[in-house]
Amino acid sequence: MTESTLPSTAAPVVAPRDLPSVPDVFVTFLIIGATSFGGGVVAYLRSALVAKKKWMNDVQFLELMSISNTLPGLNATNMSILVGDRMRGTVGAIAAMIGMCLPGFIFMTVAGVLYGHNGDRPIVTAMLRGVAAAAVGLIGATWYQIGKKSVKGFYDAFFILAAVLCVNHFKLSVPVVLLAVGALAIFANRPGKEHKKEEELSEWISSLR
Amino acid sequence: MDQLSALAGVFSYLSLLTIGGGMAAFPELKSLVVDVHHWLTYPQLIHVYSVGQMAPGPNMMMVAAVGERVSGIPGALIAAFAFFVPTGLLTFAVGRVWNKLAKWPWRTSIQRGLAPVAIGLAVAGTITLGKGAITGWLTAAIGLAIFAATLRTKINPALLILCGAVVGGIALR
Repeated sequence: MTESTLPSTAAPVVAPRDLPSVPDVFVTFLIIGATSFGGGVVAYLRSALVAKKKWMNDVQFLELMSISNTLPGLNATNMSILVGDRMRGTVGAIAAMIGMCLPGFIFMTVAGVLYGHNGDRPIVTAMLRGVAAAAVGLIGATWYQIGKKSVKGFYDAFFILAAVLCVNHFKLSVPVVLLAVGALAIFANRPGKEHKKEEELSEWISSLR
Repeated sequence: MDQLSALAGVFSYLSLLTIGGGMAAFPELKSLVVDVHHWLTYPQLIHVYSVGQMAPGPNMMMVAAVGERVSGIPGALIAAFAFFVPTGLLTFAVGRVWNKLAKWPWRTSIQRGLAPVAIGLAVAGTITLGKGAITGWLTAAIGLAIFAATLRTKINPALLILCGAVVGGIALR
């Protein structure tokens, strides 16, 4: 379907006979799940699925990413399900998701056990405080980069700020903010609206400086 | 048994809030795990969450460590299952009908509208985490150094976090 709508960009897709087997799907995602350290799982997915395995092209990859981003759930697991389903149907989706989750699950379960035995030792607490501070820096940087790329106008900036203020300043709970601000944001982008106003507003704002 | 069903309830609920990533759910995670159920103290939750940033794969697998602390291995399994399976089923279903939704005009509206809200919720979660983790000038310095290193270099993030552990172990005792 992607080919028919995007004839110029869509490269030849794998022919049906070349579809990977279920064990192949499982092992591929197991490797991604075991090697994608530090949250940048999207880059690992792209390099494995598009560049190395050639199971899909960039257009198809981005299409699946946009489904993942719109739905609740993490990109890592959502992508594994969507790709697994496209390769081998329901069984493929299950195999891909288990492969993706297994290494991290073992890692964190062991971490939980070790933390239970050693978490009170002063040296461990000191190290974990360092880890936590570092994690804040890392996560902050990740979202700074994403934000810089995706803020495209007044409405985007407005809804980012609205969500932050509602949670951190007005202490509203996340589901309330998600429903209220989310509904407003969807309405602001409602069908038929040409986003002209938004462009005018952002031009207006940048002209103020 | 009660604890296991509480784990299942809490983590399947939290999973529905992870629009755009796990960070969005952090403020709610804190209130349920620390304030409502008293499974961990707030510093403990911050430790476990931060270690979770070093784990491979989905960056919210720290739910397994919370489950393990509450009810051992069964707790870890239940927490992970509850967190990943319900949203997984939703993704599976929507993935199947996605192309049919191409002509539905609201599809683009939902995508365009939710993107900034997801970023805002993630930033809000990061601020909540930061308030708990940045407790003095030294932790602030570690956080800023890693922030800059992430933006300026291509060093593997897991290594950067390990640097945080080493500096913390030496300087925060």
